[in-house]
Amino acid sequence: MSKILIIAEHDGQTLNPSTAKTVACAAEIDGATIDVVVLAESPGDVAAQAAKLDSVARVLAVENVANTNALAAVIAPQVVALADEYTHVFGPSTTFGKDLMPRIAALIGVNQISDIMSVHGSHTFKRPIYAGNVVLTVEAPADLPVIATVRIASYQSVGSSNSADIEGVSCTAELPSHTRYVGLQAGSSDRPDLQSAAKVVSGGRALGSAENFDIIYALADKLGAGVGASRAAVDAGYVPNEMQVGQTGKIIAPDLYLAIGISGAIQHLTGIKDAGTIVAINKDSEAPIFEVADIGLVGDLFKLVPELTESLG
Amino acid sequence: MDKILVGLKRVVDYNVRVRVKSDGTGVETDGVKMSINPFDEIALEEALRIKERGEASEVIVVSIGREDAQQQLRTGLAMGADRAILVQTDQTTDALGRARALLEIVNRESPGLVILGKQAIDDDNSQTGPMLAALWERPQATFASKLELNGDTARVTREVDVGLETIDIDLPAVITTDLRLNEPRYVKLPDIMKAKKKPLDVIPFGDLGVEASPPLVEASFEPPAEREKGIMVDDVAGLITALKNKGLL
Repeated sequence: MSKILIIAEHDGQTLNPSTAKTVACAAEIDGATIDVVVLAESPGDVAAQAAKLDSVARVLAVENVANTNALAAVIAPQVVALADEYTHVFGPSTTFGKDLMPRIAALIGVNQISDIMSVHGSHTFKRPIYAGNVVLTVEAPADLPVIATVRIASYQSVGSSNSADIEGVSCTAELPSHTRYVGLQAGSSDRPDLQSAAKVVSGGRALGSAENFDIIYALADKLGAGVGASRAAVDAGYVPNEMQVGQTGKIIAPDLYLAIGISGAIQHLTGIKDAGTIVAINKDSEAPIFEVADIGLVGDLFKLVPELTESLG
Repeated sequence: MDKILVGLKRVVDYNVRVRVKSDGTGVETDGVKMSINPFDEIALEEALRIKERGEASEVIVVSIGREDAQQQLRTGLAMGADRAILVQTDQTTDALGRARALLEIVNRESPGLVILGKQAIDDDNSQTGPMLAALWERPQATFASKLELNGDTARVTREVDVGLETIDIDLPAVITTDLRLNEPRYVKLPDIMKAKKKPLDVIPFGDLGVEASPPLVEASFEPPAEREKGIMVDDVAGLITALKNKGLL
């Protein structure tokens, strides 16, 4: 019988959608009991949101001023103190989870399973390696805790019609003071969040400059879409790295993905392969992006993209 | 600070399109170009810049793997590292095993900083840095895009999903690198010659006395599912029609 603890990702007020997707992965394990732990300065609001998630049995609220900002070195020992009761501890494969979960795994003394994309038993999972060129089936030891991150692009959020019990719990773990939060410079965007947006428009190196990215923003705003970019566009300095989609950036699964002036290097394709519909606009008809695109249009993006934006009225 | 330790992993080159072996037992690596994991090159570049600013006196590169990882260590020496350590094993190692082995090297060398890549582009695990920091009971600053040293502390800018986060950490600590921390230098031919004379110590993995970690069984390897072939449209009107047909507009 699997007992799974999921570490909630949040910003102090709002539960990140990655948590509902991590729950969806855990719920694929037969007969699992799923608890979510919210570690925060004041966990009430976030815990209430987590309690609504379907399949969740209990929400554990850990209130501590040390949890005001999520620091892996501070959160990990608290999770380890709670983990005794559980067969599995899951977190999202976001920068939050990638920072935190290996620290937990090492303290427990097990390897971590990174980026679960599907569940094939309580201890057997599939995960992508080599930028998604290879799918590995991996089996964790049956008698040890399974510590894992979940590839959130592989899962749809669970529903939110639940009302799980919320319990305040205290952790007696000794917390380090060697790591101190200074601040966050958030990307100044009113657009939908790249990782949870239903529609995403991405631009590549062919845009040629930061200014030229304006046509991507204009199209995205018309569609109500988030904006992404290829690594080449990030490397060229057209856009900040938090917009990068691909192996070394964000792995996303929008319903609609428009790749504009993106050739489609394998490292980029791994970031979008779970998208519902991929549209490619590129002047090179031989570009690899057309091998994965559901709808392809060959031509000059500087003409086609404004025309598309205009046509959407 | 005295020493900086940098991890270099030998991986299939970034530009190689890997293939699964026909019997599904692994990935074809025979005759495939091997390189330093790109994030580890960034780690080494950062260490070299710190040393060149006079904020460290020695840069040590370490790799864990087979004898042929010496090639990547030599490249690291040619980039400017002072000496190299190969923790040699013919066995496949896992992330926890590597972190435990690195901890042994850390205990022997007492570096002020350990800089590692945020992930290796072969297993895409993204585990070793935080694991080493946990075992060492020291701070970690993952996904670093800016690193400033201030005596006994460092201020690190981290590339997180929502933007740029800044943290202060006490040293010693583990840093993992993101793409934009720096652009690694190219190796020049005379430096390759010089690198041949720099010290490269080989330590058998078994001599470190590392506790065996409970292994994950790699049961099978397979290629990913292919997407179905799509359609081409001639113009913007065709694109809009196709999107409407799919209910996306």
